[in-house]
Amino acid sequence: MTLQADPAAKHRPTNTEATAGLSVRQRLGLWDYKFSPYLYIAPFFVLFAIIGLFPLAYTMWVSLHDWSLIGGKGEFVGLGNYVEVVKQDNFWIGLRNTFSIFLLSGVTQTLGALLLAAVLNQNIRAKTFWRMGVLLPFVVAPVAVGVIFNKMFADKAGFINTLLGGLGIDPIGWHSDVFASHVAIATMVNFRWTGYITLIFLAAMQAIPRDLYEAAMLDGASRVRQFLSITVPMLRPTIIFVVITATIGGLQIFDEPRVFDQTGQGGASRQWMTVTMYIYELGWGAQQSFGRAAAVSWILFLIITAVGILNYLITQRISSGTAPAKPKQTAKTSRKAHQ
Amino acid sequence: MSIDPAITGIAGKGAARSAARSRARQARRSSAGDRPGWVTYVILGMVLALSAFPLYYSFLLGSSDSVTIAKNPIPSMVPGGNFADNVSRVVSSDIKFWQAAFNSLIVALVTSISVVFFATLAGFAFSKLRFRGRGPLLVFVIATMAIPAQLSVVPMFILMAKLGWIGQLEAVIVPGMVTAFGVFWMTQYLESALPYELVEAARMDGCSMIRTFWHVAAPAARPAAAMLGLFTFIGSWTAFFWPFIVLGSANPTLPVSIQLLQASYFKDYSLIMAGVTVAAAPLIVVFLFAGRQLVAGVMQGAVKG
Repeated sequence: MTLQADPAAKHRPTNTEATAGLSVRQRLGLWDYKFSPYLYIAPFFVLFAIIGLFPLAYTMWVSLHDWSLIGGKGEFVGLGNYVEVVKQDNFWIGLRNTFSIFLLSGVTQTLGALLLAAVLNQNIRAKTFWRMGVLLPFVVAPVAVGVIFNKMFADKAGFINTLLGGLGIDPIGWHSDVFASHVAIATMVNFRWTGYITLIFLAAMQAIPRDLYEAAMLDGASRVRQFLSITVPMLRPTIIFVVITATIGGLQIFDEPRVFDQTGQGGASRQWMTVTMYIYELGWGAQQSFGRAAAVSWILFLIITAVGILNYLITQRISSGTAPAKPKQTAKTSRKAHQ
Repeated sequence: MSIDPAITGIAGKGAARSAARSRARQARRSSAGDRPGWVTYVILGMVLALSAFPLYYSFLLGSSDSVTIAKNPIPSMVPGGNFADNVSRVVSSDIKFWQAAFNSLIVALVTSISVVFFATLAGFAFSKLRFRGRGPLLVFVIATMAIPAQLSVVPMFILMAKLGWIGQLEAVIVPGMVTAFGVFWMTQYLESALPYELVEAARMDGCSMIRTFWHVAAPAARPAAAMLGLFTFIGSWTAFFWPFIVLGSANPTLPVSIQLLQASYFKDYSLIMAGVTVAAAPLIVVFLFAGRQLVAGVMQGAVKG
């Protein structure tokens, strides 16, 4: 309400208000309008500054010093921690294990999820039931998954080895053998995530216009051919998204390998010790060196970024030459009207 | 299926109805023809078995005893009778089970409520309010999702030590109070679910921003907010790495105490698995009731939480 419109108002507004032609209340309203948005988004940015931005820089700072869990900050050592870490065998073992587990789980869960999504994308009965079925493992904590699979994959008299024995396969050293332990841990990761990723793919598949398939069928393309030439190219953005998030998560893997045995060292000869487990050991284990732990953190950060970019470039190339033209909307909508 | 007015006009209602019926029959037949064969259901059945079996396996072992488990690598598919017994041993063991369960509940509840509130507020601003820098700031929020959170453990630990929060629940709650994913999720949803006209109308009526948020945006955001709360709850309940480091065994959450259980009683798997089963049970129950919403949430958001 303006003062001019209010004849009952006796006193004049102050000069500034008069020139702006606004009452105090309107002015407050304007401030409210202008600054409230910033206030509403502020919590995220404040928190991110404290727990995201600052730690990234501070990790760098710590990594350049002698810094221990108990004693705190010591001398400036430049890149000393990095040099020290790179000289330790366990760093390289951790890196090897992390990549091996990541590749084993990442590739199988992406391919498995694609196929499973194609199965679910049919006109099946009790859709929601089956979808819930694949998502069930997602609500189980990775630690619980790790503990359960640790027992199932026991080397001696284990569940899996006994089953394999029934098929005439010799017992596998799931804990003693390097590669076998990676397979076991990748299995845990796949158990928890494949269904989740399946549903992401399924959602994307349902957005693919049907007339593309109809046209392909008229051309006599087989179902396999349709899957490879229509479904996969059309899912490209989704696949890129899944692969990148899987990279960020997969290279930081900790929970499952940490509980793959009761000591949490990653095996007698560190068969399945990952980089994040190594960071934990450097900082909170015997060495108690925050400086070195921070150095490895930064190295891992750079590796993840590099692999993420690499993955992006690779997935970008998925049949980019054969990507179909932008689908027309008309056929889809008219089909819907008929149903 | 509506009744065709043209047929009604020519042949009367009965004919129209029978025509509609035959069309419906045809539609049913053709959709049944689209249905996949039994192979599909065999595959899906196997996948379902693989999804559920590890959980059932942990219950089987948790209801058994250590001698039986040692004798039979493949457990009897019928549960034993020791589950209650094993659970009571878990509860009375020194892993602070009740404290851990209580901590998990508090952390998950507070985090979920806080994430939902702050993310809805920010989502409202990003989707419906005009302010300078809106676009770039939103891009920034999305970009932060790509920064691996675990890598800042060292400085975070130092920070928590400075605050005196080591072993305190604040150390786990506060860093998770608002997430980039949540902000992005709510922005996405409100973008389409909340008409600009409503926001404008509320302003015309003299509503302050915060009242507009509370009376117009928040009700519209409810479905997405519920899903966000659910996903945050699950994420918080299952989190291990950070609680393990900053809380430790003194004041654990459930995943931390499960790890403790495994480390201290590794010879008795009936005890460990009973603990695992009990710790997993609350989310399984949530899943049975809200699984449909979770499926819809994953498919709508298509974002890994």
